[in-house]
Amino acid sequence: MAKRSIVPFGPQHPVLPEPVHLDLVLEDEVVVDAVPSIGFVHRGLEKLVETKDFKEYVYIVERVCGICSFGHGLGYCQCLEQIMNVQVPPRAAYLRTIWMEMSRVHSHLLWLGLLADAMGFESLFMESWRLREKILDMFDATTGGRIIFSVNCIGGVLKDMDNGMLMRLSEVTQEIEQDLRPIADTFLWESTVRSRLHGLGILKKEDAILAGAVGPMLRASGVAYDARKLGYAAYNDLEFEPITSEEGDSYARCEVRIKEIFQSLSLIRQAISKIPNGPIQEPVKGNPNGEHFMRIEQPRGEAIYYVKASGGRFIDRFRLRTPTTSNIPPMVQMLKGCQLADVPLLVLTIDPCISCTER
Amino acid sequence: MEQNNTIEPICKEAFLPQVIQFKMEKWRLAQLCAVRVEGGYELSYSFAKDYQLRTLRVTLTDEEKVPSITQMYPCAFLQENEMAELFGVQVENIEGDYHGKLYRIARETPFKEKG
Repeated sequence: MAKRSIVPFGPQHPVLPEPVHLDLVLEDEVVVDAVPSIGFVHRGLEKLVETKDFKEYVYIVERVCGICSFGHGLGYCQCLEQIMNVQVPPRAAYLRTIWMEMSRVHSHLLWLGLLADAMGFESLFMESWRLREKILDMFDATTGGRIIFSVNCIGGVLKDMDNGMLMRLSEVTQEIEQDLRPIADTFLWESTVRSRLHGLGILKKEDAILAGAVGPMLRASGVAYDARKLGYAAYNDLEFEPITSEEGDSYARCEVRIKEIFQSLSLIRQAISKIPNGPIQEPVKGNPNGEHFMRIEQPRGEAIYYVKASGGRFIDRFRLRTPTTSNIPPMVQMLKGCQLADVPLLVLTIDPCISCTER
Repeated sequence: MEQNNTIEPICKEAFLPQVIQFKMEKWRLAQLCAVRVEGGYELSYSFAKDYQLRTLRVTLTDEEKVPSITQMYPCAFLQENEMAELFGVQVENIEGDYHGKLYRIARETPFKEKG
C-alpha cells in the first residue's frame, strides 16, 4: 500500500476567491479522501430576520452574496407572497424573470472566466469577463446598480423598464450571443481545455441524486431537473427545457453552463417580446402568518427559502439552503480518485459560492 | 404557484423508517432546517423527487435526541452539523461529526435563543 499523507488545500488558494478548506488524504498523487471545512466567515444573516422588519429584510437577503443577490431577493419575496397570498402583477413577474436570467448569464460568464484563469488560459478569461461587463452595464442601465441592485420587493418590483430600454436590452443579448460563440467554441473544442476537463470528476446520475447535487452539477449527470419548470415568475409562459448532458464529468458541467447562457439570452428575448403592460407592484397589507418552502433555480442550482412567521413584523425563522451547501458533498465524492494537480479545477467545477454558504 | 410541496408531521419512531423508504425510492435530500420553538425544536427534512418536495416535520423537546440520517444520506453531514452548532440540536451518530468545529463562531449555539 502506498504511503498516505494529508495535504491541506485552502482556505487561501489562488483558485479560490473565497475561503474553504479541504484536508486531502493522498496515496502518492491520488486523492483517496477529502474532508471539507467551511465556516471561516460565517455571518449569521439568517438570525437578523428576528430583529428586522420583514419588508426591510429584503435588503439583508440580497446581501448574502453579490453574484446571487437578485435571486435571493426573489426567493425570499416569493416565499412571503405565498404565505400572504399576494398575487404579483404579470409585468412584475416578467421583469423578475428578465433580471433573473441576466443574473444567470452574469454568473455563468464569471464562472467561465474563473475556469479559464485556473487553467492558465488568460486570454479566454479576459474575453469571458469582457462579455460579462455588457450584462453588468445593462444591470446599471436598468436598475442603477451593477451587482446588488435591490429591485425586488414583497408584491412585485421597485423599478420598471420602458420600451426603449427593453429594445436596447434585446439588442445587447444578441450582441452577447454573437460574441459568445467563439468563446464557447474555445471552451468546448480547444484541445488543451478539453484535455483538462474530459473524464475529470465523473459523477454518475444515481450518485448525483443520492449525494444531493443541484443545478448544472445535477443536470450534467443526466438529470433533467430545473426548478424554473415549477413555473414561478413568468417561466410558465416561456419555452425552454432543462439542459442536460450524460457524461457527468467536468467537461459536461462546462457544456451545460455554456448552453444555459444561450438559453438565458433566448429567455430574456422571449420575455421582452411577451411582457404585458400594467402595474409593477401589488400593495401588501398586514403581517405574514404561516410558513412555506420556496424553491428557485439560482445560477448555481436549486436554492430553498423557508420562512416561518406568526403574524408580527418580525419573522420567526428564515432559512436559506444554498446550492453550494448541496454541492459540497458530491464534490467530496468526485475528488476521491483524482490527481492532486486536478483538485483546483475540480473544486471550481461545482462553481462554489462560499459567500452564500456562509450566509 | 408550487404544486406538490407538502409538510408532513411525523413522530420520532416513524421518522427513520420513512427516510429509509425515501432512500429506496431514490428521493434526493433537499434540505434540513431547525426552528426553535418553546421548550424544544421543530426539525424539517425535505426530500425531492422530480418536481415533488416532501418535508418531514419532527418535533423534539430540549432534552430529546434525534438520530442522524447520514447512514442513509451521507450528504446530510453539513446540515446536521449546522443544526447542532447553531441551535444545539442533539443529533446522534453523525457520520462526519465536526464536534462543534464546523463554524468558527464566537458564541455557542447562537440561534438557540431568540432575538
